[in-house]
Amino acid sequence: MTSSEKSNGNDPVGIDAEQIEYLEQLARIRLTPDEKVRTRRDLSSILEYIEKLNELRTDDIEPLSHTVPMAPVFREDRAVNGDRRIEILRNAPEQKDGCFKVPKTVE
Amino acid sequence: MNSKDIMKMTALDVGRAIREGAITSVDATFAMLEAIGQKDARLNGYIRVFADLALQRAEEVQKKICAGESASPLAGVPFAIKDNICTEGLPTTCGSRMLADFSPPYSATIMKKLEEAGAVLVGKLNLDEFCMGSTSETSYFGPVRNPWDTSRVPGGSSGGAAASVAAGTAFYAYGSDTGGSIRQPCSYCGVSGIKPTYGTVSRFGLIAYASSLDQIGPIGRDILDCAAALNQIAGKDPADQTTNESTPIDLAAARSFSGKDLRIGMPVDYFGEGIDPDVEARVREAAEKYKDLGATVIPIRLPIVEYAIPTYYIIACAEACSNLSRYDGIKYGYRAKGAENLSEIYIRSRSEGFGLEVKRRIMLGNYVLSSGYYEAYYKKALQAKAIIKKTFDEAFASCDLMIGPTAPATAPRIGESLSDPLKMYLGDIYTVLPNIVGLPSASIPCGSDRNGMPVGLQLIGPYHGEQLMVGAASLFQRSTKHHLRVPGLFDDCEEGGVER
Repeated sequence: MTSSEKSNGNDPVGIDAEQIEYLEQLARIRLTPDEKVRTRRDLSSILEYIEKLNELRTDDIEPLSHTVPMAPVFREDRAVNGDRRIEILRNAPEQKDGCFKVPKTVE
Repeated sequence: MNSKDIMKMTALDVGRAIREGAITSVDATFAMLEAIGQKDARLNGYIRVFADLALQRAEEVQKKICAGESASPLAGVPFAIKDNICTEGLPTTCGSRMLADFSPPYSATIMKKLEEAGAVLVGKLNLDEFCMGSTSETSYFGPVRNPWDTSRVPGGSSGGAAASVAAGTAFYAYGSDTGGSIRQPCSYCGVSGIKPTYGTVSRFGLIAYASSLDQIGPIGRDILDCAAALNQIAGKDPADQTTNESTPIDLAAARSFSGKDLRIGMPVDYFGEGIDPDVEARVREAAEKYKDLGATVIPIRLPIVEYAIPTYYIIACAEACSNLSRYDGIKYGYRAKGAENLSEIYIRSRSEGFGLEVKRRIMLGNYVLSSGYYEAYYKKALQAKAIIKKTFDEAFASCDLMIGPTAPATAPRIGESLSDPLKMYLGDIYTVLPNIVGLPSASIPCGSDRNGMPVGLQLIGPYHGEQLMVGAASLFQRSTKHHLRVPGLFDDCEEGGVER
């Protein structure tokens, strides 16, 4: 489905089972069958409501990221943090030899 | 003075009593710990309480106060903080199974500022998981209850903070507000709270939900406690490039603020379909009060109110799905047992570690950012944001401050909102706008509904207009008694509200 098909605001927006699977893949989340049903229903009703935005004419409007004044901040390129390896690894679910441990990634 | 009498004082009064030597910081800390012990089982406002640490810290602070080294207005006054703010070496859970065993290796900037100010941390407060909710029911550590009626929700996501201040188990607290998460629970629990101008308070060490909207702010029994609490944490921070310079709120000036020449705008679009008649009546009475106090109240138009929720949920969920991609089960946080490859670790850890509301918002964020939909949703929302900003700029040309309801209704019963997320999202309709445009906003109590549940009045100020907003709120609280009404639980009796 292309964006032009989605953005006309006339058709009610529904999410089908295939799209839920695609979103699961993007989000790295696997839903239970019950969660799938609820998520499909809830996302569909939320998206239908969100379609309201299509009433707003935005043809010549520049998208706005920051509403308050913001300027780039510079600092000297100097390390201020020390070696925190032990404190940081303390939260690792698994560690070995001072490193994060994960299953083998290449055969 | 006994512990119960100490707990009835405002944070500023406790600070003064400590400075004058009438009580010590240890007395106040002990009183708060005792109140938590007696009442929190009925509220579930706290995820963790650090009794020994707090008493030890109170002793240290007391020594500094005696030596004249710490003279800030809230020095020695114990406080509690929402559990999405990092505290070095102390558990910081965000109300999620994902972070249930996480103790950050660093503290948030505001924790460092609070240490310098002589504040005493007592505990970490319950919240909606990753702040995603308006009821404080989605926490991995169980729902928070409203002290006015424990069958009702306290609002959210800073529900633990608002409920604890209302119940007298905290003198003051800090929460965070992405779309109303400070103001809406303040409204439901009958306490005062401020969402500052975006950039006033450093977000370094605040666990990110939607970074362009998130802001830390205070919750207190009255607006002056909130102002003093905000002064302690405000300021530019090299660790957060979105922070900006602000002037501390002058409490004496706020106390003598006059309503003369004050032009208050009342957005007529805030009184449309869906507002509870009792809420509308209380807010209109508050407007009449302001007129009595010399202010001019003028109707203004914000014809973008109905686009607030769509814009907010697109932006918030888009940012959330990006921010929460860091939870991979590798570096910290929950890891599913028995996963055999990297991909399985990511998928199973996230599926088991996040609750359903968090999953829903991550997936909605992925949807609006995904190829083919980005322009239709995310870009459209940023264009709507530009229009909303322009509408606010124009509205502030004719008024100094805006007032309206904080939420369309009072606190619902526990369980009512979870079945219909869209309905819960619509409850944020009045609070999300200041987040979208970065403006300061506050909620103060303005009476109660037919069931005795508190109603909140929302104030919205111009960019960095905290001084004016606090002055106007203080004027209201000097002339009314709504903020003095406390739930029965405050005095440890069962039902109804009483005047403090």
